[in-house]
Amino acid sequence: MRRSYLLGAGLAIAVTGMASSAFAQSEIKIGEINSYSLLPAFTEPYRKGWQLAVEEVNAAGGINGKKLVVVSKDDGGKPADATTAANELVSSENVAMLTGTFLSNIGLAVSDFANQKKVFFLAAEPLTDAITWSKGNRYTFRLRPSNYMQAAMLVEEAAKLPAKRWATIAPNYEYGQSAVAVFKKLMSEKRPDIVWVDEQWPPQGKIDAGPVVQAVAAANPEAILNVTFGADLVKLVREGNTRGLFKNRSVVSFLTGEPEYLDPLKDETPEGWIVTGYPWYDIKTPDHDKFLKAYQAKFNDYPRLGSIVGYQTIKAAAAIVAKANSTDPEKLIAATEGLSMPSPFGEITFRKIDHQSTLGAYVGKTALKDGKGVMVNSVYRKGTDYLPSDAEVEKLRPKD
Amino acid sequence: MAFYFVQFLTGLASAASLFLVASGLSIIFGVTRIVNFAHGAFYMLGAYVAFTLTERFSGALGFWGGIVVAALIVAVVGVIVEMVLLRRIYHAPELFQLLATFGLTLMVEDLVVLIWGPDDLLGRRAPGFKGAVDFFGQNIPTYDLFLIAISPIVLGGLWLLFQRTRWGVLVRAATQDRDMVAALGVNQKWLFTSVFALGVFLAALGGALQIPRDAVHHALDLRIIVDVFVVVVIGGLGSIIGAFVAAVLVSELNAFGILIFPKISIILVFLVMAVVLIVRPWGLFGKPEAAARRTPGLTVNPWRPLTTNERWLAMAGLAVAAMLPLFAGNYALTVGSEIAIFVIFAASLHFLMSVGGLASFGHAAYFGLGAYGVAFLAKMAGLPMIVSLLLGPLLGLLGAAIFGFFAVQLSGVYFAMLTLAFAQIVWSIAFQWVTVTGGDNGILGVWPEKWAAGPASFYWLSLGIAAIAVAILRVIVFSPFGFALRATRDSLLRSEAIGINGKRVQWTAFVIAGTVAGFAGALFAYLKGSVFPDSLGISLSVDALVMVLLGGVETVSGAVVGAIVFKALNIWLVSQTDLSKLVLGGFVVLIVVAFPKGIVGVLETIRNRRKSSTSESSSKSSLATSRIETAE
Repeated sequence: MRRSYLLGAGLAIAVTGMASSAFAQSEIKIGEINSYSLLPAFTEPYRKGWQLAVEEVNAAGGINGKKLVVVSKDDGGKPADATTAANELVSSENVAMLTGTFLSNIGLAVSDFANQKKVFFLAAEPLTDAITWSKGNRYTFRLRPSNYMQAAMLVEEAAKLPAKRWATIAPNYEYGQSAVAVFKKLMSEKRPDIVWVDEQWPPQGKIDAGPVVQAVAAANPEAILNVTFGADLVKLVREGNTRGLFKNRSVVSFLTGEPEYLDPLKDETPEGWIVTGYPWYDIKTPDHDKFLKAYQAKFNDYPRLGSIVGYQTIKAAAAIVAKANSTDPEKLIAATEGLSMPSPFGEITFRKIDHQSTLGAYVGKTALKDGKGVMVNSVYRKGTDYLPSDAEVEKLRPKD
Repeated sequence: MAFYFVQFLTGLASAASLFLVASGLSIIFGVTRIVNFAHGAFYMLGAYVAFTLTERFSGALGFWGGIVVAALIVAVVGVIVEMVLLRRIYHAPELFQLLATFGLTLMVEDLVVLIWGPDDLLGRRAPGFKGAVDFFGQNIPTYDLFLIAISPIVLGGLWLLFQRTRWGVLVRAATQDRDMVAALGVNQKWLFTSVFALGVFLAALGGALQIPRDAVHHALDLRIIVDVFVVVVIGGLGSIIGAFVAAVLVSELNAFGILIFPKISIILVFLVMAVVLIVRPWGLFGKPEAAARRTPGLTVNPWRPLTTNERWLAMAGLAVAAMLPLFAGNYALTVGSEIAIFVIFAASLHFLMSVGGLASFGHAAYFGLGAYGVAFLAKMAGLPMIVSLLLGPLLGLLGAAIFGFFAVQLSGVYFAMLTLAFAQIVWSIAFQWVTVTGGDNGILGVWPEKWAAGPASFYWLSLGIAAIAVAILRVIVFSPFGFALRATRDSLLRSEAIGINGKRVQWTAFVIAGTVAGFAGALFAYLKGSVFPDSLGISLSVDALVMVLLGGVETVSGAVVGAIVFKALNIWLVSQTDLSKLVLGGFVVLIVVAFPKGIVGVLETIRNRRKSSTSESSSKSSLATSRIETAE
């Protein structure tokens, strides 16, 4: 009795599976996975970014004459579902490579899948250092500047501050933990006189901001490191403003200058925070102008950092396949190692040593302008300058 | 000293928002017995609607009017939901309403993004409550003082409403004995509708009042719903005072806890709940539940083993399923393996829930423990796959033995919530113990050995284990132990009177269910190649509940069908659309309305009707059509 249902379901899957197999050879398929339903605030601009890239690549004649097609899947924010999606892209859609992912644990799950199934994977967003270092593998590359790189960029500025008593506020999961750990390590190396007086670890997405702000204020730090983002950041800033936590204190904050996280703060944006981010309104380079114009013309909206990440991920994917002139994973890896290409932020290179791209980030200070938060005095920091020495990287990364 | 006082006040302000939402949930549960999973969704809708209104109408009147009107609008939505959806299913098995409200929640999460866009929204500050007052050098936000004031006002208002009005008397009467109130000629329909409206109003008000301090976004519902349930249970179901005290207790423990253990927030509420429930099984202010009239697993049609013909059919179905690798691709086979694994998982929960009458809200704990067990054995001890697969689930068994011992001392929703608390405690250990479990970055590289690595071999392995697990569970259902278990479910008093050691039987069932779930988790680890704390998480526990309810909680094979339908649909939808939650939620709601006994439940009813119309054996037909009520 009940087994007949299993049969029905099995048949249904088999049919859908067969319908979408082998396709014309005149196109190159690239698989893309991201947390579209869980994190729409980031992934919507990200999607627009890669759609623009696909359009540009195909308008310029495709990849060595073949049309570029991106097959995109949602992972619902769960590593297990991401593996299912990766499997579908590889087995049913026969994609040349996997790209995308946002959350670190999903990036790691897909990277491990890629390693096991010998598929090329270009991680777009996940920041964890593990993906290129402690759990790195030969099939995985990563585009965005890692946790370590962003921390190093911030430490450079933070070390110049006179503050000696520091407190940290970070979401209680891997990203927050490793951001704080790297920041503390690099900071204490540069400034041995610093003391760490308090640390707060609110659960990601569930900060009870009032008590956290009070607790930090009670430790009376001279400066604060913040790693929270999204809705947690909004709550923290609101409580902090009302309770005067940020008055006469320096604040250094990860990612806060990204429009995704800065714009929701509107007129409550705290001034003078040292942040990493993306001041799209302030970047005056030909590379970026071109991207900005094309983006605004197509979507009638301004880009977020997600747009840059999505755009560059697919641009990079196209460049890789074009150089390899093949979809064989080994040839793709060989093509990517040391490959340089233009990006809206200037030229970037995928390092051979740890498969990290040298894409950098902008570091600046937050300010209020016409009731909106902006980044001012922003300087682009190249990724190359904020990575540890090759000898150290060798030690961090397992041998292939 | 001033600091501690201010921290205390801050805790009270946090408690206020929790209390408003919790009181609504408590009232709804007390009267209608609905475990309203959508309560968080109404909270979120309140915030979104209030955001729109307060942006449109400025000034003090615009703001405060906007807050109240938003709560009223959402209350009207609640009334519509109650009348259109919930009224149809009050007579369905208990917890079935959970399925309906779960479907609604899924839909609302996608709908708010469609309506209000994906960005986090920043609402206005409350006019007149923008700043802070200085208290010996500490700043107290004036809005916090407002929140601190409002919760006693609401509490007092509710108390007056329940103690001093006729409506309140009826509600209290219905909380104690619904059937009696109905027998006395009170129109239950409108009583339920009005109670639901009040509860939803309070939830939406709680959400609307958050906009001056929070960001409005599409994950607000999940952030609050579990905490609110916990608060209601700690306070005692149906007790408004209890909800108030529990909200204050939890918030204050958090406010002061983070001073000593900054990482405590992630688990605090569950620790408090576990302790409270072990010491006081009905919450702080709750009363022992009156013996239930109808139990979740009570069947209209007495269960029977499969007939010989049906057995052959089942074998044939299995054989056909086993032939899938002959014509399906690798992806289909991997999905097939995943479905088979979830069949095991759902069947194990079904055993506990339908046969044992013990609905667990934290069944993923044993699934996840099995997965971690395998990961430890394979990665750290380096044991071969077959050994890991056999020994890994023992971790699930161990967990079930320990937690089950405490959990079976309780019953009903208290049992469910204690299992949830245990699951969350296990989850937070996996999440925090980075050196052993890898934290949320998980354990990678748990891939099957060569003989099972191919999608076809792994599919056969999963299918085989699923078939064995389901068969064993069925054998147990119809064994003397199964009858004893069903006896404790249907009437604990009578079963103990005939010499059945109820708690021990239930404990054994808990351990069996946990171990079987552990096997599912062990296979899952090898299927995915990695293990994350997700596999212990609430959403997986809820998925399992949904599978069992969808298939039909009153049937023997419902879980199998429910797991196949839900999992296949879920995977397919996630692959096809970004709005998978909207479609899946809509589907679940439709199923609830069209199949109020679950898919298999309705199919069985239809078959029995057909049987009784063709054959004139009246004794059988009366048995099939008349409802059996247990009498205590």
